[in-house]
Amino acid sequence: MNFRLLKDKILSKLMLVFTLASVSLLVIIGIGLYYKSIPIIHRLSWGELITSSIWKPLKGLFGFFPFIMGTLWVTAIAIIIALPLCLLTALYIVEYAPVRVKRILTPFVNLLSGIPPVIFGVWGVLFIIPLIQIYIAPHFVEFSTGYSVLAGGIVLAVMIFPLIVSIISEVLRTIPQELKDASLSLGATKWETIKKVILRKALPGIIAAAVLAISRAFGETIAVLMVCGNNAVVPHSVFDPGYPLPALIANNYGEMLSIPLYDSALMFAALLLFIIILLFNIISRVILARLERKLAA
Amino acid sequence: MTQTPHISVQHLNVHIGAQHILKDININIPDKKVTSIIGPSGCGKTTLLKSFNRLWDNTADVKITGKVLVDNEDIYAPNAEVTHIRKKMGLLSQRPYPLPMSIYDNVAYGPRIHGIRKKQVLDELVEEQLKATGLWNEVKDRLNASATRLSIGQQQRLCLARGLAVGPEIILGDESTSALDPVSTAIIEDLFISLKEKYSIVLVTHILRQARRVSDYIIFVYMGKIIEFGPTEEVLLNPKEELTKEYVKGYIS
Repeated sequence: MNFRLLKDKILSKLMLVFTLASVSLLVIIGIGLYYKSIPIIHRLSWGELITSSIWKPLKGLFGFFPFIMGTLWVTAIAIIIALPLCLLTALYIVEYAPVRVKRILTPFVNLLSGIPPVIFGVWGVLFIIPLIQIYIAPHFVEFSTGYSVLAGGIVLAVMIFPLIVSIISEVLRTIPQELKDASLSLGATKWETIKKVILRKALPGIIAAAVLAISRAFGETIAVLMVCGNNAVVPHSVFDPGYPLPALIANNYGEMLSIPLYDSALMFAALLLFIIILLFNIISRVILARLERKLAA
Repeated sequence: MTQTPHISVQHLNVHIGAQHILKDININIPDKKVTSIIGPSGCGKTTLLKSFNRLWDNTADVKITGKVLVDNEDIYAPNAEVTHIRKKMGLLSQRPYPLPMSIYDNVAYGPRIHGIRKKQVLDELVEEQLKATGLWNEVKDRLNASATRLSIGQQQRLCLARGLAVGPEIILGDESTSALDPVSTAIIEDLFISLKEKYSIVLVTHILRQARRVSDYIIFVYMGKIIEFGPTEEVLLNPKEELTKEYVKGYIS
């Protein structure tokens, strides 16, 4: 056989192997976590582990509901704060900013993603915590230490900001100038064009950006655990402390392993996080596919 | 020319970056006629057309000097209102760009922006414009379907209907048939001919046959300058300028 064709064939097979290897990593991690969680799943049922709110490892009680809720609260707050800000920022950078401003702004936004999470954590402790404790919380609740899911959400929002802005900017840049011109030449203003044409066209991309950012936010650990109080109770307001799953694992892994089942419980926490992110991605993919079909119809 | 011009261009210069694209353009576009702008690629045809409805406003590095009078109103005057100017002109681009919404909403888009809310009025407008572009019978049963489902020729007619729905006086066509098959092209060309009763039409085209078939007047642009302007037959069959002669014969392109 021709040597060049053979080379082509071998390379394509090689790439397939590597791709499969990296994809199977996902499956291997899932199986590994499940295997390590078996002891605790056998002791207590899935239902009990997920729905119980009592976390007393010394008494053998492992309820993960507060951690699940902590994770969901912090992530939800982060995306609620970040998404509108990111959308407006991306719209400004792509649609409004003069070229010179654009050139200065874009690296600044990207620089944010280069700052290590621990620095965001310190910034949260020094700045966001007092802000909430002294200025925001007193208007709504009697007492808050400032260490809360709100603090976690704000810090997380800043951390996912550059990711969302850069993805949405990319999406906005793919919208053809002629489509914008079509709307403008009918006498529409820029804002009308953005609202009725650009955002509509960009909607699937904007949702995809949010999905990616939320997936990242679920797993963010160090900055969040520094500011959200780490108290194993279900938060009932944004000023209550929370204890997200990654923080639980990071705070306790390697310690107190003499407590029976503790090791397995932490592995179960990791498994839960893994499942939450997996489920979230599957559901949002389905929604995205439906939306794209609806827009094309 | 005896009649009053609809668009009057005076000493128009357009720079994009360091390039001097249009050089001292002076031209009067006649009312209720079809005027074609012809010339080789990159000569400034489209730039000239786009300067008629200020589509350069949002592009960086574009500098425009001179006057463009539409109905004796300078559209580049500091107090000129750009949405009002654009409402006067329907633009038909090279490829159809239907808005990401239904057929009905595409046509109703302009009227809605300009404040028409009543369903009955919108219904009538949509029907009227779809009929004017010969699309009504093809789409009347699926007005709520997405516009992207139409064939490319139908999309271009939809875009024309969308432009007509805001009640313009002028239609600008930027090589509007270049993406279309011969049948759709003929339909669009016939539409231009019938629409000149009500509208002044300015077309950019590089197809001489089309310019001859459709237009009353021809502007020949070369290297950013207007070389010749006159009635179609004169410019194409009996050009005064040497450059026009060469272009028409196909020596320069």
